Amino acid sequence: MTKGYCLGIESTADDFGVGIVSIKGEVLANINDTYIPEKGGIHPREAARHHANIAGKVIAEALKKSKISLNELSIIAFSQGPGLGPCLRTGATAARALASYLSLPLVGVNHCVAHIEIGKLTTSARDPVTLYVSGGNTIISAYEANRYRVFGETLDIAVGNCLDVFVREAGLKPEGGKAPGQIVEELAAKGKMFIQLPYIVKGMDLSFSGLLTAAFNLLREKKFRLEDVCFSFQETAFSMLTEVTERALAHTEKNEVLLTGGVAANKRLQSMLKTMTEEHDAKFSTVPREFSADNGAMIAWTGVLCYKYSITVPVEKSFVKLKWRLDEVEVPWVENKHAD
Amino acid sequence: MRLRFRGLKTNMLIKKGAEASLYLEDWHGQKVILKKRLSKKYRVPELDKGIQNQRTRHEPQIMHRAKKAGVPTPIVFLVDLEEATIIMEFVEGKQVKHVLNDLPQNERRKLCRHIGELVGKLHSNGIVHGDLTTSNMILTPLGEVVFIDFGLSEQTWELEARGVDLHLMKRAIASTHFMHAEECFEAVMAGYERIMGKKVTNEILEKIAEIERRGRYISER
Repeated sequence: MTKGYCLGIESTADDFGVGIVSIKGEVLANINDTYIPEKGGIHPREAARHHANIAGKVIAEALKKSKISLNELSIIAFSQGPGLGPCLRTGATAARALASYLSLPLVGVNHCVAHIEIGKLTTSARDPVTLYVSGGNTIISAYEANRYRVFGETLDIAVGNCLDVFVREAGLKPEGGKAPGQIVEELAAKGKMFIQLPYIVKGMDLSFSGLLTAAFNLLREKKFRLEDVCFSFQETAFSMLTEVTERALAHTEKNEVLLTGGVAANKRLQSMLKTMTEEHDAKFSTVPREFSADNGAMIAWTGVLCYKYSITVPVEKSFVKLKWRLDEVEVPWVENKHAD
Repeated sequence: MRLRFRGLKTNMLIKKGAEASLYLEDWHGQKVILKKRLSKKYRVPELDKGIQNQRTRHEPQIMHRAKKAGVPTPIVFLVDLEEATIIMEFVEGKQVKHVLNDLPQNERRKLCRHIGELVGKLHSNGIVHGDLTTSNMILTPLGEVVFIDFGLSEQTWELEARGVDLHLMKRAIASTHFMHAEECFEAVMAGYERIMGKKVTNEILEKIAEIERRGRYISER
């Protein structure tokens, strides 16, 4: 098959995204609508309600943007996990409805695989060590023998979650669709003094909960400037990430690093990884900003890859998988000369 | 550097890791290992200094605790926090990695049982080595096994950490000594059981199985 399009639906957490991608990997549309809680973090049921309300609108908008019609679609893909149950089910319901109505094959995509694949599609990375950092995930992985193997990961909360909660605790309000991490980044740029905070690296795994608690305490003490707290918090968290990525790079003997996921948009994290990879004569790539946070295009593209290897799922068996690990998924489309 | 450690001679790089470089040196007529932790440009200097300092202090402390627990480790001669450097004894002998496959079966089992006992002694004293491979064990001409490289070690009594420690050992044996993998690991666990008792050993074996099921440690090749 050389012609055809895949429509992908992303709904693992607060984003509802619809992407349309051709079999060859051209992104024709990538529309997103984010649930914004009135206060606090994501309430799964409220987020799911938001998704259900706007699903039809976002799908229609994506089709319009892509300038293709419903009957030109050949595959429907959706994020099957990991993620928040109610949110996943909403996206899955929309995808099942479309697949049934149009009699098209349905593909259940692993959200973490999709973040890696969109990174490989939109950068020159081919066989990288991937640092995938977002609100829900912190994973250092690389391809070996038919799977993306997890070499390191967080033992408690994700780094993006750590940033989000810190921003809320500091009483900062993201405005104009800014990500919480962006606020920390801007304040950190004005920081001057470094305050020692817990730096927890265990082999290639990480832990952020102690760092978050210590940062809370600094906020409460009010002894230091907020800019300095942000600076120290960010430097500590990102140095941990860079260190484990470096270990994975040395261990796997690969020569590329790919940064993907919502936190990938952070310039300081990018520059640290760039410095580190240069010391190893390795190449560094970051996923473009529009594909860093959760999006439908990454689900659509991974749907195409799966479909080429006949990895589809019948509607009646398309249950969502809340805790579907990255390394449970076989990825036969990845060509790798080291594999065997 | 030269001035600080007066009397160092050869300066031969023998290993360059992600975290530290190892040099074989001649120090007042004695062979020593100089382990220097590397400064990381991506980290702000205050943080970099703190991490290097903490780890350079931590490693000899754990080595000392291991000795007290009855596990031979190299003698530490000098610790320089400014240079993030440790000078320690160069242990004469062969890496277990290079001898294990060629030993007669009963000797091989005996050696593995002994290694298991040493790991048990570490764990029962709250030490997890963090990198238990047969390259990090030296068999001396006197038949003693010396554990080296405590760079990833930590103090913990947690079952999870112990399980990860022994699982790494199992994986290392499987990749380097695949001809005798099962027999070797069984012997290691038999030695471990002598120190830790049946109950804990069974819990650890269950933990290892659980770690394997998680899939993240499936062999890389």
